[in-house]
Amino acid sequence: MSAAVLTFVIVGQQDHPIYEVDLTGPKEQQAQYLHQFVLHAALDAVDEAMWATKELYLKTVDRFNNLFVSAFATPGGARLLLLHDGRGDDGVRAFFGEVYELYIRVMLNPFHTPSTKIVSKTFDHRVRMAAKRTLG
Amino acid sequence: MPPRPLPQLEQINAEIFTLTYGSIVRQLIADFEDLDEVNKQLDQMGYNIGVRLVDEFLAKSKMGRCSSFREAAEVVGRQAFPMFLNVAANVTNWNTDGTECSLILADNPLADFVELPEEYKGELRYSGLLCGVIRGALEMVNMDVDARFVQDMLRGDEVYEIRLRLKEHRAEAFPFKDDD
Repeated sequence: MSAAVLTFVIVGQQDHPIYEVDLTGPKEQQAQYLHQFVLHAALDAVDEAMWATKELYLKTVDRFNNLFVSAFATPGGARLLLLHDGRGDDGVRAFFGEVYELYIRVMLNPFHTPSTKIVSKTFDHRVRMAAKRTLG
Repeated sequence: MPPRPLPQLEQINAEIFTLTYGSIVRQLIADFEDLDEVNKQLDQMGYNIGVRLVDEFLAKSKMGRCSSFREAAEVVGRQAFPMFLNVAANVTNWNTDGTECSLILADNPLADFVELPEEYKGELRYSGLLCGVIRGALEMVNMDVDARFVQDMLRGDEVYEIRLRLKEHRAEAFPFKDDD
């Protein structure tokens, strides 16, 4: 099934992307811009949703046609956003849980600041593994 | 020589320790902007710790006097490292004269969570403090040694390896008799 859409980004405290991964493989350029646009637009919805619940996981906060944006807001002000095509809540929740753990480890690195981009290959690899396991 | 049981020491949270050390290294890099200088500072800080820590070690561990460098290195690896860092270091790779050896650490609590940025991988001796500690401590017991990291997992090696080289053993100049 090549039509599955999955893009994952981490947005830092000051609304700048610090990590982005396309979990589906190469695609049309145009669609990529659309995905980034949808994710960007979803940030406002995230800002509203994060005050409405005590949970870190905010479920699906925004949608555009058949593109769904699920979000996870960390207490540190970073937001994990996943663009997908409407899959089950459990998988997405598990995925965020795992990536959050990985993200914490990155944040504990003394050479990392909240605004530096995450370029670690290990992190990238582990995020992909987590996606394969939980979102498959 | 079998390792003795460790004395009961007050312990602190390992993450606090690791993160504090990380912040120190970061601050040094920000202040000196020169990795050579940072390495020197870390070594100097370690040395200052070592010259004090040796007293603490000898007092708490109730160790007797070491008769040779070989024995001293074993004590450093088998007693001092577990006591202060909660990891044991294997002492291997002796040269034929018994003046050089390697301390092999499979785990280094200083470097938990750390991933070096590419631009630091060449020069920065992240855990260089440990070398300074060993140098300072052994100097206080009349052994001038040279300690440096030759393998570092942060740079992609398999283990942490500290190479120790005995430069001078000044035991003869010691003014007291050992057995009174």
